[in-house]
Amino acid sequence: MEGTIRASGLVKRYGEVLALDGLDLEVPQGTVLGLLGPNGAGKTTAVRILTTLLQADGGRAEVAGVDVFEDPSAVRERIGVSGQYAAVDEHLTGFENLDMVGRLYRLGRRRARLRARELLDRFDLADAADRPVKTYSGGMRRRLDLAGALVAEPTVLFLDEPTTGLDPRSRLGMWDILRELLSQGTTLLLTTQYLEEADQLADEIVVIDHGRAIARGTADQLKAQVGGERVELVVRVPEQLDAARSVLQTVSLGDVQVTPHAHALSAGVTGGADALMEVLRRLDTAGVGLLDVGLRRPTLDDVFLTLTGQHAEPATGDPQAPDEHTTEVA
Amino acid sequence: MHRLAWALADGHVVAKRNIIKIVRVPEVLVFVLISPIMFVLLFAYVFGDSIPIPGVDYREFLMAGIFTQTVIFGATFTGAGIAEDMQKGIIDRFRSLPMSRSAVLVGRTASDIVYNLLSIAIMALTGLLVGWRIRGSWLDAVGGFVLLLVFAYAFSWIMAYVGLVVPSVEVINNASFIVIFPLTFIANTFVPLENLPGPLRTFAEWNPVSAVTLAAREAFGNTSEAFPAPDVWSMRHPVAYALLWVGIILAIFVPLSVRRYRRSGS
Repeated sequence: MEGTIRASGLVKRYGEVLALDGLDLEVPQGTVLGLLGPNGAGKTTAVRILTTLLQADGGRAEVAGVDVFEDPSAVRERIGVSGQYAAVDEHLTGFENLDMVGRLYRLGRRRARLRARELLDRFDLADAADRPVKTYSGGMRRRLDLAGALVAEPTVLFLDEPTTGLDPRSRLGMWDILRELLSQGTTLLLTTQYLEEADQLADEIVVIDHGRAIARGTADQLKAQVGGERVELVVRVPEQLDAARSVLQTVSLGDVQVTPHAHALSAGVTGGADALMEVLRRLDTAGVGLLDVGLRRPTLDDVFLTLTGQHAEPATGDPQAPDEHTTEVA
Repeated sequence: MHRLAWALADGHVVAKRNIIKIVRVPEVLVFVLISPIMFVLLFAYVFGDSIPIPGVDYREFLMAGIFTQTVIFGATFTGAGIAEDMQKGIIDRFRSLPMSRSAVLVGRTASDIVYNLLSIAIMALTGLLVGWRIRGSWLDAVGGFVLLLVFAYAFSWIMAYVGLVVPSVEVINNASFIVIFPLTFIANTFVPLENLPGPLRTFAEWNPVSAVTLAAREAFGNTSEAFPAPDVWSMRHPVAYALLWVGIILAIFVPLSVRRYRRSGS
């Protein structure tokens, strides 16, 4: 019971706008819930309410066995938070930042210092420990911010879009760090705009739109619903379209889609890169020449298209469309 | 530990962070220290001979006024610092920690005492160079400096509140000019009260800035028998009147600011 997150009927209004419209969440001890949605869906609002940074207009919430609205300071003692914008002080060094957080968690002078060094080592920041944070890269700031959230070894962790704005390499690094953390049994609520990220890290996913949950389930269930991955290919000469179609048909989950004027075909598959290799092997045997081939994983946009019949519309902010979801093997 | 003790302990951690920033961004400090030097030199040499004070050299009369004006302007720094923090991600970190809810404000107002100490020291040195002297006892002089710092501390809390309400550094700098200039000019800071016309003079006599200035002036021995304080209670008991204002300001703005900080972001 120690490390659970429970919220029911959360409501938050900003004037006319309903940021949260009766959101229910439940994260059992030691599991990861991925809160998936576009910009402005209410993800950050939900995290800010659960972490006592924002007051809700309605609903109930309990974190680590403590009522969030009744006893916010007891909640703060038990949680770690890392937000979308790194909450670190630019003019302090990495060490000074973590030391300060440790002191404010009331670890005492000696333990705060020890813990700061320990975390800097663990997050590969030891070399930069005594440099002001303003000299850090975006990925380093995020790691430092995450380290700040872990100073007091919280039982419940909230991460609000931990990899938004990071380059693909830093994103993979962050995922490794998070996986290691999760292996230690931390309860985590993670928000993200990337289906792939939720897929990689979360036990359960809640898709949120306009402050409401529009779907929940495991990553597999969700992907089954949206149709999973697709192999997409372009043949070298149009005469081989039919041959390519019959090869694809042998691995395809449903009908193979053909776009004749583009010489393109696509088919839903399971098994990711393995399925792609199998397709390539069979095409090679059949003597089909290719101009382009790739594996396309479903994106948040695909999820939204399936669930709501509409594209994921960012209500605010940058409409960034990360293209690393498409793995080109051309 | 008691809540107040935690507020002080956490405030100390936050103050330490602010002081590290003073060292890391020395440009700010340079400007903080140059403006009082400029004021001392300008007033001493531009007005020096045109404002006669019976029994006292104008430059000696002037210094207490400059001290008071500068420490009050120093409070602008508190407001700007709070506003800057509120705009940055770091405030979310602070607000998500189980720390005292008043520590950010306690720490900021405390670290700004360091700024004021530095600017008073620089001004005193500049003053000594242009002919200012402490004519009374050193103990009284120390008392005068302490009163200046205490008043500046109280004023910091007013600006801390402004910094929470108007979270923009530019607005704070401009808005504080509009308030602080009249407040420090309609007083005995740069001219004797006798020189002011009727209503302004009454305002000036009850202006706490006048009380702080007069108290400092008396503490430094920069007054004269030939030039007695006006016969109103505030000017007869400037220390008591100044401390009364310190109490009133703190009683109003400490709880007001802390409550505002707690609710910020909601």
